[in-house]
Amino acid sequence: MAVKKFITGNFYDEEVLFPAVKKARRAGYRIHEVFTPFPIHGLDKAMGLRDTSLHTAGFIYGITGTATAVGFITWALTVDWAINFGGKPFFSLPAWIPITFELTVLFASVGMVLTFCYLCQLAPFVKKDHFNPRSTDDTFVMALETTDKTNEEEVIAFLNNIGAKEVSVEYRETGWWLGRYDKDRKVFHKD
Amino acid sequence: MSSSIREQFVIPKRYNMIAVALMVIGVIAIGALYITHGASKDHHESARFWASLLQNSVYFLLVVNASMFFICATTLAWGGWPLVFRRVPEAISAVVPVIGVICFAILMAITFGDNHTIYHWTDAEHVKHDEILDHKSGFLSKGFFTVMTILTIGLWSLLGWKMRKLSRSLDNNPLPGIEEGKKYIWKNTVWAALYLIVFALTVMSSIPWLWLMSIDAHWYSTMYSWYTFASTFVAGMALIALFVVFLKNNGYLELTNDEHLHDIGKFMFAFSVFWTYLWYSQFMLIWYANIPEETVYFKPRAEGPYSGIFWMMFIINFIAPLLILMRRGSKRNYTTITFMALLIIFGHWLDFYQMVFPGPSPDHVPMILYDFGVALGFVGLIMFVTGRALTKAPLLAKNHPFIKESVIHHT
Repeated sequence: MAVKKFITGNFYDEEVLFPAVKKARRAGYRIHEVFTPFPIHGLDKAMGLRDTSLHTAGFIYGITGTATAVGFITWALTVDWAINFGGKPFFSLPAWIPITFELTVLFASVGMVLTFCYLCQLAPFVKKDHFNPRSTDDTFVMALETTDKTNEEEVIAFLNNIGAKEVSVEYRETGWWLGRYDKDRKVFHKD
Repeated sequence: MSSSIREQFVIPKRYNMIAVALMVIGVIAIGALYITHGASKDHHESARFWASLLQNSVYFLLVVNASMFFICATTLAWGGWPLVFRRVPEAISAVVPVIGVICFAILMAITFGDNHTIYHWTDAEHVKHDEILDHKSGFLSKGFFTVMTILTIGLWSLLGWKMRKLSRSLDNNPLPGIEEGKKYIWKNTVWAALYLIVFALTVMSSIPWLWLMSIDAHWYSTMYSWYTFASTFVAGMALIALFVVFLKNNGYLELTNDEHLHDIGKFMFAFSVFWTYLWYSQFMLIWYANIPEETVYFKPRAEGPYSGIFWMMFIINFIAPLLILMRRGSKRNYTTITFMALLIIFGHWLDFYQMVFPGPSPDHVPMILYDFGVALGFVGLIMFVTGRALTKAPLLAKNHPFIKESVIHHT
């Protein structure tokens, strides 16, 4: 499994973080991720992240739910087991709308939760690594990606310069579970 | 906030010209309708004239009144985001007294006139032999109708005026401190709550029963008022969106941006779905139970001569907003929002059309072009009065305690 090097800067203040993100991007660094203890409005824009495709997925799940409901009820009540309900025609669409609606919502919501977990790489027993545990508490951690040619000293100096209070070099195993810190601190840290 | 903001709205010449032209079209349409139908000795013929006036005046009155509901609901929820464009719904709600007087005159003429085709329950002779209407005569009586109508239009106008006055009271004297700000917000909250109580007792319950549902006096639906409210509220939001886009295109409302337009779009989207929910709930329960005294309402509408309007309205008011306004980008696009706002206002106007006309004219759909003409007249009136109201106060409520929240608003 390949091991990747990251250089992280720990910021203590949002007001410093925003310009820092912009400066890092302007300087040409590639930001792997910014870890924050709470959602920060506008940070996605500052980082240049594209819009999430979660809502497109949600729409497709919803349509699937609608089709499933209408399709199944139609088959069940007109073909497979046609029953006369109060003299109504077998194909009684108005009566099926509530169930169609419910199934649309069910498919869309369950599907979107699972897709969200996939996009955020969340699963039971997977511990996400955010490089510094303090990013779950009171500080903001920006992780920069590096290549073989990266000059480590220069990046550290740059991060210090744009307002990072703590800077460190981290090594993580690549993959979608990127870095489970209970494990790879021990195994992959190159001293 | 920079001092270069254009706070004072100046009415463009073309704007007034269009407004006056539309009003002239309206007057011509009313005149033509009066000559062809209104003056007729046949009560069914002249009822068509009054039905057109009733539909248009009630619809546009409820639509402009929805602006004040929007202001009061956001005030009560302590929502700060609409403040950068708050003067727009304020100006629209200034139309309420004007259309209110027109609407009142029309309602009184229909109630106290000798033509009982629209409101059967006004015919005392008929009610005597009609057990159902006789039972309802406490509620459906000329006295109660008049008192409720006066109270409703009066209180909407009065409380709306009070809310506008509170908002403008800060324009020239900023609040000195936080304590005064809290007091100001509290005062706003109390008046907004009063307005909402009146609103709940009128638009959300009794008024649509009296003004519209009593056209089909034997029939009743508890969902009716909510459905009417949803209809006019979504059209009211569309009207606010139109004015915001108009002002933005003319270089005003610098602090209103895509984020605010996005939220107005969300209201248009959400309440289109809400309207459908109520519309469908009313329809489905009656369809399911299939009791003749209830289905009589839907017979001319869903299956009879009005079925074209009925189902077209469903497409315009539900399918189109659902699919077109769902995307984030379309709620931030001026062209899409303008198009959808016009479509929604038209769609709910059609909704009112099929609420009112199957009563006096159950066998055939009247020539709808006349009613378009009358509607354009009311649109011109709304443009004219709103434009004048916009000039009377700065376009930015800059001293409101929540203004910063609105300026930095982010969806």
